[in-house]
Amino acid sequence: MMMFSWKLAIRYFLHRPASWLAAAAVALCTFIVIVVLTVMNGLAADFKQKNHAFVGDCVIASDSLVGFVYDRSFVETLESQPYIEAVSESVAGVGLITQPGANWNIGVQFLGIDSARHSAVTGFADSLYYHRDNPEQAFVPDYAPEQEGCVAGIDLIGGRRTADGGYAHPDRPVPIRLILSSFPLTARGALARGGTDLVSSKTYYVADDSHTGLPQIDGAMVYLPLRDGRLLTGMDSPVERISSIHIRFGPSVSLRQGVERVRGLWAVYLQSQSDRSYSDLFESVRVQSWQENRRSRIAAIEKEQKMLILLFLMLGIITVFIVFVIFYMLVGHKSKDIGILMSVGMGRHKIAGVFLKFASLIGFLGAAAGTLAGCVFLVYINPIEDWLFARFDFQLWDRSVYAIGEIPNQLHPDLLLAVAVSAVAACLAGAMIPAMQAARKETVQVLQVSQV
Amino acid sequence: MDTIIRAENIHKSYRMGRERLSVLRGASLGIATGSFTAIVGASGSGKSTLLHILGALDRPDEGRVEFEGQDLRRFSGRRLNQYRNRSVGFVFQFYHLLNELNVLENTLLPAMAAVGSAGWIRSRTSRQEAACVLLERLGLGGRLRHRPYELSGGERQRVAIARALMNRPALLLADEPTGNLDSKTGFGILEVLKELNRGGQTIVMVTHDDRIAGLAEVVWRLTDGKIETE
Repeated sequence: MMMFSWKLAIRYFLHRPASWLAAAAVALCTFIVIVVLTVMNGLAADFKQKNHAFVGDCVIASDSLVGFVYDRSFVETLESQPYIEAVSESVAGVGLITQPGANWNIGVQFLGIDSARHSAVTGFADSLYYHRDNPEQAFVPDYAPEQEGCVAGIDLIGGRRTADGGYAHPDRPVPIRLILSSFPLTARGALARGGTDLVSSKTYYVADDSHTGLPQIDGAMVYLPLRDGRLLTGMDSPVERISSIHIRFGPSVSLRQGVERVRGLWAVYLQSQSDRSYSDLFESVRVQSWQENRRSRIAAIEKEQKMLILLFLMLGIITVFIVFVIFYMLVGHKSKDIGILMSVGMGRHKIAGVFLKFASLIGFLGAAAGTLAGCVFLVYINPIEDWLFARFDFQLWDRSVYAIGEIPNQLHPDLLLAVAVSAVAACLAGAMIPAMQAARKETVQVLQVSQV
Repeated sequence: MDTIIRAENIHKSYRMGRERLSVLRGASLGIATGSFTAIVGASGSGKSTLLHILGALDRPDEGRVEFEGQDLRRFSGRRLNQYRNRSVGFVFQFYHLLNELNVLENTLLPAMAAVGSAGWIRSRTSRQEAACVLLERLGLGGRLRHRPYELSGGERQRVAIARALMNRPALLLADEPTGNLDSKTGFGILEVLKELNRGGQTIVMVTHDDRIAGLAEVVWRLTDGKIETE
């Protein structure tokens, strides 16, 4: 009986053009869902990974521009923890950059760091071009080693962006001078160095550029030595301050566990510092995972992901409806067959089974074809886009606008399986009601002469 | 002679728009084992309805049908399926073959419907051989792989007869088996039925044609929803 049901289902599939159309519709839906979700998930994962690389695993950061009191002993406490691999302090500020003799300026953020320590915690070294292998020399201009250097976000340096989304670098760094001006603040938030010296300015030679892949960072960030950062923000006096402490955990601890432990250490530390001067600055300090710290940036893309999944749920409903309509018509056309099968003793649930097997065939073949086509398309999506760009100057995302390198196309077996199984399930759902209708038909009525 | 199937006081009515049409009004009959019985009546007299009730394709509003002494009303749905599959075989006026299956597969339909996958794998060869013998006997040996639409009307009806006989049913029910055929082909089919009857097959045939009914041993006439023997 089982084999006969399959045989009949296969014959129905092979002899009904509508079933090929249904399979094609399922294949198309599967293809679209796989391609779009793979690319979208890839973009989201890439964006998250870049944010993670920018701040490290855990951040103890102040919401305030005046930062919080720096205590080397607490950093040493962190460094002594077996689950912590590296720690880096940073100072953040805002300022203006210009070039000597120029009559323009650009508002920027700057980050004072110890480049070697920061590279141990974050992906800073990987974002460099000339000093990727020696980040401790990141602020030393190769063309003027005796001069003070900085690292500029790659989009702050004009002329690096190419039309295809890449960046071009000269073999050796070209001398570029930048003047960075900032407004140092006291620990209470007033302008420091009152009187004539309200603005701190320093001239730097650009030693390297940093490409994090985050447009907001690459287009507005200047990296400086930690001491310079303190000087420009006023965090050097009357007590040393910092904006944040970045932490990288070892592989033996999960992110959640690591953050909880650091929160515990921070709570103990705060208790011990309650009588200290400027201890009120600790009130604006948060211990956060990288996800919490970058939430405002990540939330937008996560929201888009959810919207996309909702849209594809609607696409799934359309698939169910297409299958429903096709099966509804098919059951109408196959009334005589249903009567014949009942007249030879086939039970009602077995009749329904024939149509459900037919639906699962459509789902399986459609899902297989759509998945295969989706995989092939994704494997070649970048060469296809390159070809379109070379021939027709077309890009899916204008790389001069969007900070996207290659289109993400990494195949995820779990996603492929989930989409394929959903496609088969959608077919079964669409065929369920018509199959039940088929099973409920009365033999005599469907075999009447008028039905033939 | 034993009675293989007996119908007692069968009533059946259908709704036609706002009215109810009584088709059978207390029809009763008994069919002897091994007999060739014809039920005749005018068009719309309820002959096919009675045949469907005998074959458990339809249920009477009132009355009972006994097959080999067992009341069909007491059969579960599963047992009724078994009854349709093993105890009776149907031959319809319009053949009712599945176009997606070839001649051999159409013939094997009741056999395939009767067993599960494992049972089919075990018995496949013997059943296919039996089907081939049956089709050969009915003159369709060279048409095994043909589809129904590649056959003539007479050939299609012979495939329908082969299908009805596949599970060796005790009772063959034929509903106007020649109604859709020219007279020459029709008589050919009747010859097949008579030949089967001579071999011991019990046959109940419904027809509106007295000449055809005259070929049967026993003729029952259905008039005004009741049945009388001739």
